[in-house]
Amino acid sequence: MGIDPVTLIAALIVASTPILLAAIGELVVEKAGVLNLGVEGMMIVGAISGFAIAVNTGSATLGFIAAAAGGALLSLIFAFITQYLLANHVATGLALTLFGLGLSALLGESYSGISPPPTPSLNIPGLSDIPVLGPILFAHDAIVYLSIAIVAGVWAMLKYSRMGLIIRAVGESHDAAHALGYKVIRIRVLAIMFGGACAGLGGAYLSLVRVPQWTEGMTAGAGWIALAIVVFASWKPWRALLGAYLFGGITALQLRLQAAGIDIPVEILAMSPYLITILVLVIMSSDKNRAALNAPAALGKVFHATG
Amino acid sequence: MLVLEKRPQPSRAWIAATPVLAVVLTMIAGGLMFAALGKNPVEAIRIIFWDPLFNAQFASYARPQLLVKAAPLILIAIGLSLGFRAGIWNIGAEGQYIMGAIAGASFGLAFYPTDSVLIYPGMVIAGGFGGWLWAMIPAILKTRFRTNEILVSLLLVYVAEKFLASAAVGFLRNPEGRGFPGSRNLSQIESMNNPELIAGSGMHWGVVTAFIVVIMAYVMLNKHMMGYQIKLAGQAPRAARFAGVNPTRLIVLCLGISGALAGLAGIFEVTGPAGQISIDFNVGYGFTAIIVAFLGRLHPVGILLAGLLMALTYIGGELAQLMLTIPASAIQAFQGMLLFFLLAVDVLSNYRIKLKREGIA
Repeated sequence: MGIDPVTLIAALIVASTPILLAAIGELVVEKAGVLNLGVEGMMIVGAISGFAIAVNTGSATLGFIAAAAGGALLSLIFAFITQYLLANHVATGLALTLFGLGLSALLGESYSGISPPPTPSLNIPGLSDIPVLGPILFAHDAIVYLSIAIVAGVWAMLKYSRMGLIIRAVGESHDAAHALGYKVIRIRVLAIMFGGACAGLGGAYLSLVRVPQWTEGMTAGAGWIALAIVVFASWKPWRALLGAYLFGGITALQLRLQAAGIDIPVEILAMSPYLITILVLVIMSSDKNRAALNAPAALGKVFHATG
Repeated sequence: MLVLEKRPQPSRAWIAATPVLAVVLTMIAGGLMFAALGKNPVEAIRIIFWDPLFNAQFASYARPQLLVKAAPLILIAIGLSLGFRAGIWNIGAEGQYIMGAIAGASFGLAFYPTDSVLIYPGMVIAGGFGGWLWAMIPAILKTRFRTNEILVSLLLVYVAEKFLASAAVGFLRNPEGRGFPGSRNLSQIESMNNPELIAGSGMHWGVVTAFIVVIMAYVMLNKHMMGYQIKLAGQAPRAARFAGVNPTRLIVLCLGISGALAGLAGIFEVTGPAGQISIDFNVGYGFTAIIVAFLGRLHPVGILLAGLLMALTYIGGELAQLMLTIPASAIQAFQGMLLFFLLAVDVLSNYRIKLKREGIA
């Protein structure tokens, strides 16, 4: 049974990137006190809009830009209904997922069975030729590095910048933030759009790099797993990276075990990413103090300014 | 500038009017979507909402389908609505539906080819039990470990789908099916069949059960302590705790009831309209039922009407696919839109829109 650890780790990073992108976006959204359960819907709309633009223009880069725009655009519907029309976050997020799945299937009618233009790897001369470390660290495409840069950026922004402080204030107590004169609604809408753009990018990474093809419902729960990873990460950016890579590792490993024909039924292996996500959620939530301490206090609460 | 002013009491008139308004807005937006697809919007809307019921050519086929498609939606949505009222979000009904179908079919097929009148009732009970069991996973994880039931119940849908795939090609595969995936055709086995009870009506045991469940839910919500506790827990969780409502019991009950009802819907479907366990016998009723529950304002009678309307969009959607080659996914997007509009116009029931001039403090 040959499972080469170097290619496994390289595959792990590719498998993790879509979820990492979606998770880091949702992390910012939740930090601002908004629970958007529409990640799955925004991801799949990103997947098809990125795919369609990339196929039509022949440029994967334009595809990724379109995917981010598509995800952000879709998230605006959620932002409008929850922030201005004060609807329940959970129900609206579900609506976003249901609508996104239908809309993406509709947009994708004529795109199945086509190959997208390739996304070039940034083969850094010299570095990517180093044995072992080269293929793992230096032979990926730009989006992989972008996703890590976004994690670092979000971490620094939340921790050190004034903007991060405001986002956290809005997420912990919208009434206090409002009283201090911050535009709660505007900040939340921007956070939601950032989350949408990230989810869209993640979706496009699935359809343009990971698979790479368009099939209906291809996200297969990746958006929900991203939501679980935010909980796993206790709303900390670097932990989200760890969670996404752990999850990607399991996915990559189970696919290789399936291919290697190991003596475990294929269905059990295919279930394993979901089961392990549930297990991780249970472990994280069973610790009462930790779970309660880190969740933004105003998460999922509707804000209506009076007076 | 327009501002929203919270109503002291939700407006009863708007609560009743918003679903209708949402449907009208969805028709308009959906018409625009169909126009963008290059179809005649008026014709498309007519085919979806009018022709299945009143066009002489299609009505004889389509009318019975209304009950066939509405029954699973209503069964599942009633269960979900109890939890939604109490703030317990079971969004994995699709998984419970699949597991109920597998459990019920397994029970029946274990006795094949025995012929007994007891087999079908046994299958129904096993189906409800299967759905209940699957819903107990998020319930127990929620009550024991405070794990978020939204994510767990949803992730379990994917697990159930994988399990369904393994059942259809593995332990439930028809031994006489020449190796094709899928179980024996349950609807053709006398003792395991869920037949049309009145010819040409579409009425089967699932429809009967759905009507009974609507009545039971209505009585429970209005006359029973349990219904009061569910409403209280949703509207004022703190007050509910002081009033002695046991949250653990409520979570187990709400998830359990919704799981069992989804499981029932599943077994009625595979023994009747779907006919057999196959890899993709489930068509997303578990998710559409979420829309039905909200469209029905989480009220049993409302859900009954909403279920019929949503069934109509399924049938009309199939018809539109046939007549105008509107893709099936357009109908899915259409249904999603409906939920958006519903949630959006709901602001009118809880808030008053006021015109406020700029500059007045």
